Amino acid sequence: MKTSRRLSIAADALAQIGAVGLFFFSILAAIPKSLRHLLETVRQIWFVGAMSLVIIMTCGLFVGAVLGLQLYDVLSRFGSAAMSGTVVALALFRELGPVVTALLFAGRAGTSITAEIGLMRATDQLAAMEMMAVDPLAYVVAPRFLAGIVAMPLLVCVFNAMAILGAHVVCVSWLGLDNGTFWGNMTATVDVWTDLVNGIWKSAAFGGVIALIATFQGYTTAPTSEGVAYATTRTVVSSSIVVLALDFVMTAFLM
Amino acid sequence: MVAGRLPAQPRSFSCPGDPDRVNSPDTRAPIEPGADAYVQVRGLHTVLGGKIIFNGLDMDIPRGRITAIMGPSGTGKTTLLRHITGQLAADVGEIRVDGRQLAGISRTQLFDLREKIGYLFQNSALLTDFTVFENVAFPLRQHLRLPEPIVRNIVLTRLQAVGLRGAAELMPAELSGGMARRVALARAIVRDPSLIIYDEPFVGLDPVALNQVLKLIRTLNDTLGITSVLVAHEFAAVRRIADHVYLIAGGKVAAQGQPDELAQRDSPWTRQFFGGEADGPVPFQYPARDYAADLGFPAGAA
Repeated sequence: MKTSRRLSIAADALAQIGAVGLFFFSILAAIPKSLRHLLETVRQIWFVGAMSLVIIMTCGLFVGAVLGLQLYDVLSRFGSAAMSGTVVALALFRELGPVVTALLFAGRAGTSITAEIGLMRATDQLAAMEMMAVDPLAYVVAPRFLAGIVAMPLLVCVFNAMAILGAHVVCVSWLGLDNGTFWGNMTATVDVWTDLVNGIWKSAAFGGVIALIATFQGYTTAPTSEGVAYATTRTVVSSSIVVLALDFVMTAFLM
Repeated sequence: MVAGRLPAQPRSFSCPGDPDRVNSPDTRAPIEPGADAYVQVRGLHTVLGGKIIFNGLDMDIPRGRITAIMGPSGTGKTTLLRHITGQLAADVGEIRVDGRQLAGISRTQLFDLREKIGYLFQNSALLTDFTVFENVAFPLRQHLRLPEPIVRNIVLTRLQAVGLRGAAELMPAELSGGMARRVALARAIVRDPSLIIYDEPFVGLDPVALNQVLKLIRTLNDTLGITSVLVAHEFAAVRRIADHVYLIAGGKVAAQGQPDELAQRDSPWTRQFFGGEADGPVPFQYPARDYAADLGFPAGAA
């Protein structure tokens, strides 16, 4: 690849990051105005949160089940099968819960946000709002951004609960681990602030980042069907990469 | 209705000399450019995608009148409307709307200005998740805190004016193209704006709806003193309601005047445009390579 081409790609990437940054500040500036449309924010929380519950609960159940199965098998080799519940809970609360939920959230809610806003752009609905002196950043974008921040921690709590249930079914009901041991070790070891709340902080940050990327991609999409398709794809790819990178950074700071 | 918008002289809607015309004789008085203009465009230069759209365009939209902007496809009519509404900044030139310079205007000031403007989009641009009623009520709900019965009455009167009161609970996806345009028209006029911009308002309308929409545009103009700008290709409809017509081509105003006078003017621009001739100053073909060469024959053989 020629140097000029590489430089061009790097310049485009930097410009894109700059544009996302400016868009982020525009959303922050629009949030006070968006509080006038509180019902729209509530509607979006229902849309990206409640409507994602089925996939979150199902995946949580299976992730917990497979985690319980694997950990019970591995820990049994060291004579520590009694710690299965504890390790499942720590892995879920600290990492797997927020990260897996974020990846699912990007696929379920992020894509729908991008597609919805992208189609509004393609059909001039955003331009129509601007012409009616209604700021689309306040009416369309900010409520979805806030909904992402609010809905993600709630979804992570549901995901974690379902995953613990899945692990309990496998470890206790199927593999015969004592019920008291499972819960007792877990509650004795897991710390609410360092394990549970740190995961909640992470999930709020992931929700904000995914909503930011999804709304940005929709808002700036080319007004064509192909443009909307590309924007939707970029939402999933960018969100996944950013979530995993941000997870590492936040873990380093929160530990 | 906003106080102070009523014209000094009420107008009648009959025109003895021209039964087809929807307006009164006094509105056909010649308009002097620059006289009490609601919109002033001076020296507008615009380049989009490397193509020169405007090359020093000057235009005055007179206050309280209906001004039609016509011209060949791709000549920049919709782009001009986007300039006037601040959706697109001019590369060079000055645009004033209601005395306010658009260059350097803040977003808040622009939104203040747009509250006085109704805009009918070429593709209607209805909010697809809202019913017809909610689409028309949208500007009212966003800007005014009116009791629900008043909102309902205002919306229903606007829908009645465009003949769609019975369609209030339909979704935009259930409307035909012509019906969607009429809903968009109802939405554009719901707040009694002082300037209404119609981008291709007659597309997809059947003759009955067309006649009613023409009457509605004229009535709004006459009773509320609204300034109207319409972009259209249908000269027969335009000459029934417009007070002044601008013909733009080649990035400038090629001709302007009253519709009847303009149609009879012996200039190559008006002759070609109103006569629908393929040959003239405006090429029918988009600039292209030699036709024969494109088809694989020796150049110039076609």
